Amino acid sequence: MAQDKQTGQYYFPHGSRLPFFGSASLFVLMAGAAATLNGASIGVWVLGVGFLLLCALFFFWFGEVIRENQAGALFYARQLSVPWLGGDGAKAVTGLLWPDFEASWPSNGPGALSPRDNGSYEIIPAFGLPAINTALLLTSGLTITIAHHAMKMGNRGMLKIFLALTFLLGFTFLGVQAHEYGEAYREHGLQLGTGIYGSTFFMLTGFHGLHVTVGAIMLVVIWLRCMKGHFTPHQHFAFEAVAWYWHFVDVVWLGLCRGSASSWQALHRDRRQYRRGQDRADAIPVPALRHQAVLRAKRPESLPRGLLR
Amino acid sequence: MRPDEVTNMAHGNAAAGHGDHHRPPKGVMRWLTTTNHKDIGTMYLVFSLAMFLIGGVMALLIRAELFQPGLQLVDPGFYNQLTTVHALVMVFGAVMPATVGLANWMIPLQIGAADMALPRMNLFSFWLLFFAFVLLISTFFVPGGAPAAGWTLYPPLVLQTGNAFPMAIFAIHLMGASSIMGAINVIVTIVNMRAPGMTLLKMPLFSWSWLITAYLLIAVMPVFAGGVTMLLTDYYFHTSFFNAAGGGDPVLFQHVFWFFGHPEVYIMILPAFGIVSEIIPTFSRKPIFGYEAMVYAIASIAFLSFIVWAHHMFTVGMPLAGQLFFTLSTMLIAVPTGVKVFNWTTTMWRGSLSFEPPMLFALAFLFLFTIGGFSGLMLAIVPADFQYHDTYFVVAHFHYVLVPGAVFGIMAAVYYWLPKWTGHMYDMNIAKWHFWLTAIFVNVLFFPQHFLGLAGMQRRIPDYPTQFTDWNMVSSIGGFGFGLSQLLFVWLIIRCVKGGQRATAGVWDWPHGLEWTVPSPAPYHTFEKSPELH
Ligand code: HEM
Ligand SMILES: [Cu+2]
Repeated sequence: MAQDKQTGQYYFPHGSRLPFFGSASLFVLMAGAAATLNGASIGVWVLGVGFLLLCALFFFWFGEVIRENQAGALFYARQLSVPWLGGDGAKAVTGLLWPDFEASWPSNGPGALSPRDNGSYEIIPAFGLPAINTALLLTSGLTITIAHHAMKMGNRGMLKIFLALTFLLGFTFLGVQAHEYGEAYREHGLQLGTGIYGSTFFMLTGFHGLHVTVGAIMLVVIWLRCMKGHFTPHQHFAFEAVAWYWHFVDVVWLGLCRGSASSWQALHRDRRQYRRGQDRADAIPVPALRHQAVLRAKRPESLPRGLLR
Repeated sequence: MRPDEVTNMAHGNAAAGHGDHHRPPKGVMRWLTTTNHKDIGTMYLVFSLAMFLIGGVMALLIRAELFQPGLQLVDPGFYNQLTTVHALVMVFGAVMPATVGLANWMIPLQIGAADMALPRMNLFSFWLLFFAFVLLISTFFVPGGAPAAGWTLYPPLVLQTGNAFPMAIFAIHLMGASSIMGAINVIVTIVNMRAPGMTLLKMPLFSWSWLITAYLLIAVMPVFAGGVTMLLTDYYFHTSFFNAAGGGDPVLFQHVFWFFGHPEVYIMILPAFGIVSEIIPTFSRKPIFGYEAMVYAIASIAFLSFIVWAHHMFTVGMPLAGQLFFTLSTMLIAVPTGVKVFNWTTTMWRGSLSFEPPMLFALAFLFLFTIGGFSGLMLAIVPADFQYHDTYFVVAHFHYVLVPGAVFGIMAAVYYWLPKWTGHMYDMNIAKWHFWLTAIFVNVLFFPQHFLGLAGMQRRIPDYPTQFTDWNMVSSIGGFGFGLSQLLFVWLIIRCVKGGQRATAGVWDWPHGLEWTVPSPAPYHTFEKSPELH
């Protein structure tokens, strides 16, 4: 929906089959995923079909938006500022409401699931590959800003180069990430099933990686559109939207780094406390004690796999 | 719109005769492809009504089983599936889509916009919702049956779910995506597409309530989606988020769930607040008392709803400071809620009241929702909650706020705007019968549940000790009375869509706001050119 500034008339998009098609393909995808998880053999096929349908949806949907845009329909968006919450203030609240709350990772997870016999694992050090990856992402934030300036100056050559650089950096980031996962799995004994630390680590970085993938694909699409001569120095909202998204995955990564750094500290503090732990137990109020006791319970030698499926 | 500032507004601009462009295609393709906010609003409303009936049948099965002690009709496992799916269907399938349907229909009309800002996404969010429910309801037919651990899905109990487990979780993902898209659409529409001169503080209260609800949705639906995703990975991919053996904590799920869950109850009630704030002035023939206070009250309720979640978890155990904090923050919500109740009452003070069906429902809302608010206050008191938690007292509490609260609000809205949608007046007699039967039976149904709860009857069980028999029988009779009365509602709507006395543009005696400036039924496209406000 957009309004023509001159006539005050609104532009109505015509009816579209895509939303229904998209919902149906998501349904196929989800039903396939559920069937796969339930162990049905056709599940993967349904999942695959759903995935292809979804890809087709994106292709058609964005194709349509691009065509409308090229035909002159003007979509506009006012920028909304999002007030960010959180940060260290949250800790004060935790201190008051759950004074004995400790971030702790005392367990390596059920022995049965752990790749090593003694269930031990090392965490990924914050320097080394993760630092390189941080540098890669930050640089890509820079290159996309340069590309944006080039766009505004009408310097198409520079625009194309720096945009390409941006998604190349993005894909490199993903490659490094994959390599790091491999190392974690094979050499550090750190896996998705390695207790709460592994769970948190892989879920956070994994979902982030997913977003980087999506963002990089979007950058490629924008780059292809630049190659075809789309956008003008004044009209390039799609570019801007993708740039916002890219900065967003950047910022999230920094949050993740900070988070994993502090959990790294917690882990080390915790290993010390874990040893001293038991004699502090009577200082903890009863309800809290109940949780702590669960948390601090010794890892059972082996846990029946069925419990976790 | 504050009526004292209104109105005139662009007469005739919306009149029919805009030529044939954008006529909807005929037949089923119209509903599969439409991007028109009125069509999509209609689909949401019809979907919601269907879900209300389906969820209602489940509720009646529950009440039939509870009519007597002992096990008569259903086996306990199936009983648990019924309570679980009943709740999910009513919350996500009936109440929320109804308010989204109302938003779709009315927000553009109220703010003078031609349509919702993102029409294709609008259609997408409707069909996603539809398929989410296909997935959810089909779980009744898979091995292991539907989810049965309660709508709160607490682990580790929920891990006993059979093949329905991933299906229910994916259904929740689809619903969540749908709600978020709907919410984004409302925000973008209200921020960008208000007619010139329609400043935020002139906006009708229904639109206001939805603007704030949309922010709540965007804030909490991802939290819920994240929580159930962690359940999924715990179950299938060996993560340990809620598994104490791996250093996780099942209580974490309760925190995550209720951080979503409490704002969720306000997602259901705030639009109803908005509706009542439209209706009471109309039938009191007086502008709303304290318009700005009403806006700020909604905003403060929304803010507070984020910091009260652990009142659902008092019996889980928490430090004294936590108990105090969550008791007090919960009680604090009564302050802005009180502001609203008093402002509605003051609006009627010395008004010239008349009691058409929308007003009847709004008044019943006022009284009965307040009863639910009071029982909520009782539940917020920690030592009392230790007694009440997980009893029928809680069931009575949330049904008072949800049925004569949210659902009455929605029914009031339907009676208020139905002539605008269909162009016909409905049968006032049937409407009044519907109202009185509904209002009486809802109390017969839910009031005795307070007594049952206080006497110690547990929720979520198919059988009970014999001393609870009498009130359960009364409650079941109320349930069937309530359920059957709704057939009148369905019949009335069908008749009104088919025909009836022609409705004027203003419909009511004292209409106020832009929606009453367009003809009834509202033409397919309205406000193609922004109306002028004076
Ligand atoms: C003055 C306002 C309110 C207060 C003080 C309040 C307080 C509470 C408390 C303390 C509980 C937990 C009881 C327990 O499980 O032991 C509760 C449960 C509940 N409330 Fe409210 N409430 C209020 C308004 C509402 C509203 C407006 C709604 C919905 C429209 C609502 C819906 C619910 C639901 C659904 C539950 C039960 C959830 C479950 O356990 O399945 N409440 N309320
Ligand atoms: Cu609550």
